[in-house]
Amino acid sequence: MTPAILPAILPPLLGVRDLRVHFAVRGPFNRRIGSIKAVDGVSFDLMPGEVFGLVGESGCGKSTLGKTIMGIHRPGAGEIWFAGQRIDRLSPAARRAVRRSLQYAYQDPGASLDPRWKIGRSLHEPLVIHTDLDAAGRDARIRDILEAVGLPDTHLDLYPHEISGGQQRRVGLARILTLHPKVVILDEPTSGLDVSVQATVLALFRSLRATFALTYMLISHDLAVVRTMCSRVAVMYLGRIVETGPTETIFERPRHPYTRSLLAAIPRIGGARVTRDFWLQGEPPDPGNIPSGCRFRTRCPKAADLCAREEPALSTLGQSSVACHFPD
Amino acid sequence: MTALLAVEDLSLGFATEAGFAAVLDRVSLSIERGRVLGLVGESGCGKTTLARAILGVLPRDSARITGGRVWFRGTDLLTADPEVVNRTVRGRAITFVPQDPFTSFNPLFTVGEQVMEILKWKSPRANLPAGRGWLPAVVSPYPAERKRLDFDAVIELLDAVQLPRPDQLLRKYPHELSGGQRQRLMIAMALLPGPDLVIADEPTTALDVTIQAQVLGLIRRLATERNVAVLLTTHDLGAAYEICDAVAVMYAGQDVESAPVDRFFAHPAHPYTKKLLASLPRADGTASGIPGEVPALIAPPGGCRFHPRCERAAGPCREARPPVDLLESGHWVRCYHPHRDAP
Repeated sequence: MTPAILPAILPPLLGVRDLRVHFAVRGPFNRRIGSIKAVDGVSFDLMPGEVFGLVGESGCGKSTLGKTIMGIHRPGAGEIWFAGQRIDRLSPAARRAVRRSLQYAYQDPGASLDPRWKIGRSLHEPLVIHTDLDAAGRDARIRDILEAVGLPDTHLDLYPHEISGGQQRRVGLARILTLHPKVVILDEPTSGLDVSVQATVLALFRSLRATFALTYMLISHDLAVVRTMCSRVAVMYLGRIVETGPTETIFERPRHPYTRSLLAAIPRIGGARVTRDFWLQGEPPDPGNIPSGCRFRTRCPKAADLCAREEPALSTLGQSSVACHFPD
Repeated sequence: MTALLAVEDLSLGFATEAGFAAVLDRVSLSIERGRVLGLVGESGCGKTTLARAILGVLPRDSARITGGRVWFRGTDLLTADPEVVNRTVRGRAITFVPQDPFTSFNPLFTVGEQVMEILKWKSPRANLPAGRGWLPAVVSPYPAERKRLDFDAVIELLDAVQLPRPDQLLRKYPHELSGGQRQRLMIAMALLPGPDLVIADEPTTALDVTIQAQVLGLIRRLATERNVAVLLTTHDLGAAYEICDAVAVMYAGQDVESAPVDRFFAHPAHPYTKKLLASLPRADGTASGIPGEVPALIAPPGGCRFHPRCERAAGPCREARPPVDLLESGHWVRCYHPHRDAP
């Protein structure tokens, strides 16, 4: 378990304020006929050294949020602060300097490596772009990092298709770490891995965090992974954070009905079968047509008139914050 | 009660550029009506190959079956007349739910057209091939009477898989449906021909947890209600725990252990099973992985294929595959040094 003991005086390393990312839906003649509110008013802080988890089902906007922080999508409104600097409206050149210490580990490392490049060349590339090191200096740094992620030097001469999925993950990570970033956004770092490989990859994340003093933001739909890795969790539903707090509080005492159903859906080996009486019906509504008031009300067993009229704000309740009119 | 499906010592492999890859090595399993058997293993362990071998849809030019039998309702599917198997078994008595429901639909046709297309050929109400003898099969008409009955069956089954407003849904194209809807539709399509056995290949891998819980519950309920056997291949032990009656584990093309579900999770006997269960992430972060990698099947390790990664491995493990060791009724393991628990 990650220790969550952090001095309260430290300023957050990464701060997001009321971030909104809307994608236009266009009809004939490029006319705007609607918008998909992928991220709709999200705020959170990332403290130095912590592992912050962002969970939610597919389509809830968690990857869009990560990519907006990286500058891949432009936010429609809101602010992103990194190490005391506002980064959402920087010029491309200034952005590049920030990108060095704020890195993104892509969901599918196999697809993010060039299939025609040997691993070595892929590892050299970020150093060529971001540093003034000569070939020998780059080589030395790459070999150090390769050792840290547990890959043999001989892999530098292989092509991406010649190595396994777990090893591709390691290469993707090595590629990021050569730049000595401060914050790494891990987007679904274990999807597509077998459990035996997943366990070793998670152990690697933990040891690298200690070695390189990293701060992680972990985006995942896998609650078991989030629970073992994170000190703090935020649960997203249709572009909004519905509940956030320390991992243990969220997992032991979920207050939002959505969080409860999400936790209830995980099979628990040795426990009761959840599929026998799983109560959550239906699927998330279309993000282009979000229900009025509380977004979860169409599937919520507690929904009342108030939920349809007013969207609940995130308010503090005990150790966690929850956006619900009728929290548990 | 005799088993509905019994695979006996099935060995097969693929001819590749690098040589012959021995993918399945004397695999056996059996399944009865109304039961759900979970076939668990990591990627590359041969579970999908086994599923496709039972269905008989392996690529003809490269796959070679080197031994064994697949008994289904008393006939060996491997030696039976392919024409008869195609007409009465494949897609009729044995159906398939694919892993990725999106790539399994044709994007150019509405889902309704595709569902009815199946029933034109595989409807349980069609005792004769559709159409008149002198027409080529592809252009033969679909009798209106049967079409109406088939359509009613479709609507009824879409209700059973909890798809709302089925008649509207059938007019949609695959991209207009969500992943969960597509998978429910696939399950409905697999049940339409009135099968005895449904092979579900990782049916919930592409789904979110809440949808997974709904779909798994659906598979379990339909299997019990309709007395259909389900062979569920999965890498997700949690999913196997949820709905299976029994679980079989494969490693690198060999079956290593099989047990009733509660016994399987409480008393795993094979070192691989034990390590697999220990790899699941836990709240205290103590999950341990399995060092090493799954062997290449071009030149697999001799004997028990797990021995290079097993700390219990000794002399005989490298030479001969361990025989079946029956620990308890329904629970067997193929290992020379299984974990035995005090009873």
